[in-house]
Amino acid sequence: MKKRNRLPLFAVPYVGWMALFVVAPILMVVLYAFTDAQAGFLFSPDGFTLENFARMGSYAPVFLRSFQLAIVATLVCVLIGYPVAYFMAREGEQFQKMAMVIIMLPMWMNFLLRTYSWIAILDRNGFINQFCRAIGLFDLINGIFGTNLEYFQMLGTPGAVVLGMVYNYLPFMILPIYSVILKLDHSLLEAARDLGANSVSVFRRVIFPLSLPGILSGVTMVFVPSVSTFAISQMMGGGTQMMLGDLIELQFLGGAYNPYLGSAIALVMMVIVVICMYVMNRFGEGEEEAVML
Amino acid sequence: MKKQIVLAFTSALALGLLSSCAMDEVPEGSQSAVQTGGNRVVNVCSWGEYIDPSLIDQFEAETGITVNYTTAESNEALYSKLQGANYDVICPSDYMISQLIEEGKLAELNYDNIPNYALIDERFKNLSFDPDNKYTVPYTWGTLGLIYNSAMVSEPITSWDAMFDPQYAGDVLMIKNSRDAIGIALLDLGYSLNTTNEAEIQEAYEKLAEAKEAGVYQGFVMDEVFQKLEGGNAAIGAYYAGDYLTMLENNPDLKYVVPEEGANYFVDAMCVLKDAQNKDEAEAWINFMASTEASLKNMDYIWYASPNTEALEQYPTYYEETYGEPLDMELYEIMAAPSDVLENCESYLVSPLEIRTLYNDLWTDLLS
Amino acid sequence: MSRKNSIGSRLFMGLVFFFLYAPILLLIIFSFNEGTSSAVWKGFSLKWYGELFQDRIIMNSVYTTLIVSVIATLVATVAGTLAAIGFYNMRKSIREPLMTINGIPMMNADIVTGVSLCLLFAAAFGAWNGFVSWMEVNYRLTAPRLYQGFGTLLIAHITFNIPYVILSVMPKLKQMDKHLLDAAQDLGCTWMQAFWKVALPEIKPGIVSGMLIAFTMSIDDFVISYFTAGATSSTLAMTIYSMTKKRVSPEINAISTLLFGAVLVLLILVNVLEARQQKQKKYTD
Repeated sequence: MKKRNRLPLFAVPYVGWMALFVVAPILMVVLYAFTDAQAGFLFSPDGFTLENFARMGSYAPVFLRSFQLAIVATLVCVLIGYPVAYFMAREGEQFQKMAMVIIMLPMWMNFLLRTYSWIAILDRNGFINQFCRAIGLFDLINGIFGTNLEYFQMLGTPGAVVLGMVYNYLPFMILPIYSVILKLDHSLLEAARDLGANSVSVFRRVIFPLSLPGILSGVTMVFVPSVSTFAISQMMGGGTQMMLGDLIELQFLGGAYNPYLGSAIALVMMVIVVICMYVMNRFGEGEEEAVML
Repeated sequence: MKKQIVLAFTSALALGLLSSCAMDEVPEGSQSAVQTGGNRVVNVCSWGEYIDPSLIDQFEAETGITVNYTTAESNEALYSKLQGANYDVICPSDYMISQLIEEGKLAELNYDNIPNYALIDERFKNLSFDPDNKYTVPYTWGTLGLIYNSAMVSEPITSWDAMFDPQYAGDVLMIKNSRDAIGIALLDLGYSLNTTNEAEIQEAYEKLAEAKEAGVYQGFVMDEVFQKLEGGNAAIGAYYAGDYLTMLENNPDLKYVVPEEGANYFVDAMCVLKDAQNKDEAEAWINFMASTEASLKNMDYIWYASPNTEALEQYPTYYEETYGEPLDMELYEIMAAPSDVLENCESYLVSPLEIRTLYNDLWTDLLS
Repeated sequence: MSRKNSIGSRLFMGLVFFFLYAPILLLIIFSFNEGTSSAVWKGFSLKWYGELFQDRIIMNSVYTTLIVSVIATLVATVAGTLAAIGFYNMRKSIREPLMTINGIPMMNADIVTGVSLCLLFAAAFGAWNGFVSWMEVNYRLTAPRLYQGFGTLLIAHITFNIPYVILSVMPKLKQMDKHLLDAAQDLGCTWMQAFWKVALPEIKPGIVSGMLIAFTMSIDDFVISYFTAGATSSTLAMTIYSMTKKRVSPEINAISTLLFGAVLVLLILVNVLEARQQKQKKYTD
């Protein structure tokens, strides 16, 4: 090549943009996290503090709850999503196409609205309770156990929040698993069968290990939004199941203005999530890459 | 990561077709109308369910000023939002107004542009938050009380104790803002709403935390309370008198009480931010909302009492003319509490900075 | 893997699909409700569809959503494609770190992206507005003050859209014959011509799919918009969020039903067309 390749210059505007709107904002979060709320500016005297992190201890329950609920939701997604993906991949082509559409379509309806719809289902006078009342389930239970049950309390419980997460993020689990299973090398399966493996061990020893990358990418796609959600926990938890997202939102646009503390929480969350991902990706070795197109 | 999913989806929607459709979806020629309106705009931020929407149309028709009407959840949330937003008119409550004045965030009004200020009743002038009447024009006033569903509790409730009573576990909705929630606990303990004694505030927090721990609260809510109480999904809640009257229209079993320990008496007032870019329009809006006609209409719609003397006096007649039946005076007294009720109530005053920080911290702790 | 599933496994799939659609069905049904409740049926009516078009707040937020999405998608597609080409032609040692940074908005939780942009805007605008005030006081010079609004919303959308475009253009670039561009340049094309005449046609499918992803992400986004839109702009998702805090007007059910219906019709159309094309193909074969 005689001429210098000048095509890299094409990226210059975007590199500038990234510096401004990707890197600088993250630096702002770091800056704020170490800034004293009273001083308000890191480089002023007394501006630097670790206080925001010191307070993190009192929010341990929130961290704990967020990670617990997100892990449970992720597990439930795997347990439901894997079989669905597996069964889907075994159907005919037409069916698969249809199923894809069915799974994707809800994403075009705003998730807040779909979640809100659950409130009408789960509320004290919601559809489920109305239904149970109508078929006399409460009378039956009360008759047997001598209790005084009038309704099932479903909203405002951790279970409701998990339900909201599973409902919203299940497609993110099904699709990557499905696409991995679909691409499995059939000759491998046949080889296994020819070598005398029954269908259970074919699944256990061949299909499942090979679909692991799909599960891993599904897990990240479900876990990250779950652990940081605030809208779902607010709606389904009725304000009693505070998650990390709520805690952060509360400090920025909610009722306890303190962006310094909010930044610190966001930073800690970010670091934990990055560590989780890193560990998981190591665990999945390079297989992840194979899934990404 | 997410990309994969979306990619799969979009490939399901054959590529070319959708891309052309995506182009089609741009509404023709609507951008200018949406973004800038005519030339004159006013950005208003108020609370949810806090205005008769037809008044906005009326104001726009009369003045040609476009109103950008948005809402905030609570005084504290409004304060958070002020950091990055360019509102012109806001409508905070008493204590928040003091705080904003203290921080130099409000503009002094030119009352020459607000002749209707003369119609505001004398008892709503020279209030503690604006002693010299320089910054504010009161919008509504009322009480924060206890609302309960008489069909769902066995006996009438008269005390804030009910908000902490394990007997009602799972049936109680606590209000979701620090000042009101901690205020309710302070009242129940017999302390002042404006106490600066940290031990007392701490005690109030403990009371709330204990009740939360015991499962008394079904949720912490602001305007979600409408749906919950109207639909019989909760039995007890703390909310504002005006909103109670709105709920009553949808559920006649609901009762409102100013508990024996007293309650909060609030005044919400319209003010203009110092950085407002549309100060004239803002003042035109304030003047419009303070007029007797708008006040009457608004009162009828949101059920909050207006500070406009004429509107207050004329409302029962207005109601009778509009609906052909006399106004239940009991309801009128809930809306516009008579002086003997107000005597038992206390207004919020602005707290010193360290108390505000304490409130914020305790509030975060309580919810977490 | 074309072995048929048992009844049980099909039932399971059916249940999962029901789980996904039950709330949506309810939403659609109650958009035709006469009353305002989302739990009590008061009779069939189309009134919410009529009122929807009168409701300024909802219609404005629909327009804002569409305009932001379209502009952000277009900008992101152009910028992202150029950036992908640039990255592709860089040395690996430069490209890798840049690609990592490019991945940040995708890997980060939305709330972190939103909050960080919010902080940046607040700080930058705060400083600017302070500067303007200072100029006014000292030099009687003025400049417009800046606030969060449509502009910041747009910047945020562009920022989280570009990585998706890059990620879908990149593989196409990698598939392209490496020597194609060199050959074109050797044969007398300027690098500009090489780009227009050689590279662009090759990567077009990647660009189109990147554009679609970007558009979908924009339409779907709530969290990042929520933190960056400021006082005067509101996307549909934000309007819905503020409504879930009070009562959700059935008008929202109506607009969602319409959007949902539009996508559904589109899908059916696409499938029908596809089927027809396939048939034709078979025929001509």
